[in-house]
Amino acid sequence: MVPDRRYGVTAREAGLVACHRCELVSEKDLQRCPRCNARLRSRKPQSLQRVWAWWIAGFLAYIPANLYPMLTTRQLGRESADTIIGGVIVLIEYGSVGIALIIFVASVVVPMSKFLVIALLALSIMRPSRLSQKARIHLHEVIEFVGRWSMVDVFVVALLAALVQLGAAAEVNPGPAAICFALSVAFTMLSAQAFDPRLIWDTLPAKSKMEKQA
Amino acid sequence: MTLLACPACDLLHEVPDLAPGRRARCRRCDTVIVSGQRVSLDRTLAMAVAVTVLIFFALFFPFLSISELGLSNSATLIEIALVFMSGWTAPLTIAVALTIVGIPFLRAAILVYALGPIRFGYPIPDKAAQAFRLSQALRPWAMAEIFFLGSAVALVKIIDLAHVGFGAAFWAFCAATLIIAFERNTTDSAAIWSLIDDME
Ligand SMILES: [Zn+2]
Ligand SMILES: [Zn+2]
Repeated sequence: MVPDRRYGVTAREAGLVACHRCELVSEKDLQRCPRCNARLRSRKPQSLQRVWAWWIAGFLAYIPANLYPMLTTRQLGRESADTIIGGVIVLIEYGSVGIALIIFVASVVVPMSKFLVIALLALSIMRPSRLSQKARIHLHEVIEFVGRWSMVDVFVVALLAALVQLGAAAEVNPGPAAICFALSVAFTMLSAQAFDPRLIWDTLPAKSKMEKQA
Repeated sequence: MTLLACPACDLLHEVPDLAPGRRARCRRCDTVIVSGQRVSLDRTLAMAVAVTVLIFFALFFPFLSISELGLSNSATLIEIALVFMSGWTAPLTIAVALTIVGIPFLRAAILVYALGPIRFGYPIPDKAAQAFRLSQALRPWAMAEIFFLGSAVALVKIIDLAHVGFGAAFWAFCAATLIIAFERNTTDSAAIWSLIDDME
């Protein structure tokens, strides 16, 4: 590993450590942050192992989240169960294209891109990447920001099931996919949080690495 | 001058004291290091108090109600979380209650606890810094604004099928969410840290 000195030195190279919670810079020998008492660590410990562990857990939860119904509707004696995709299709059939789009983006597009981007970021630490370091930092920022919005469908199910309890006329109840989906969102949020973006900069681009070996 | 490390790439920067509204970005990765927002102690405290009161108030009143064919039903925020209580979705009850009311309430309460004494000239509580650290750690898990989007989606879904009524809790929660969103965009955690620092 060659330190990248074009822009200056990092806290770690200067023998300092920045608190991950409150950003106060301290001497690296300190165990805890003098300001907020958080454990001081220069890099998140076992970042990549934890990223992959949460990633796999999130992916495993996402499969049943799509196979089982998110909610079941009983209307005048007829019962129907909708999966995430099934619910989106029903919305389109009823002409609520805007709402269908919100649910599709929050429940399918965002989770899928999250799996892809987190895997890509983690792999880019393990082997040379064609994406620039800046681009990867931005990807991580975006994924941390949008990831939590996936929860919206779980809240929609909660609201519908709490409200539509009109006995024989209409009744909506949550399905098992709701908890699988919520777990998947939580696990992928933890996966993105476990990723330490500083790792992206701890090694130089591939070219300089070769120079060192030469 | 303050010594700061970029939170995204760990590069050290000597940041001069900037005029209000001026941002500083990392030389290497462009991440914002100093956001340039100033904290108004009075405003932040007033907003935090308002959020705790509004969320507490919202717990006891109906959020939404529907009526159709002479049948009607209403739900409070607690009843909304309780829909998952039966069967194996039960843990979701706690998760939903925490993300929509528990954590947003706790984060506002921590601000009141840490900043209230400063405002009124009392010594700052011993645990103020630790409490504020907890509040920052919980930030991604406070989902009031996401629940609000969920309410909008649910409304569009049922508005054609039944008559929908808005309860007092809906408006209280609406106000709390707006204040939280405003606070997120105008309050700088670094400025709150320096307030706490100055008192210790
Ligand atoms: Zn700290
Ligand atoms: Zn940086």
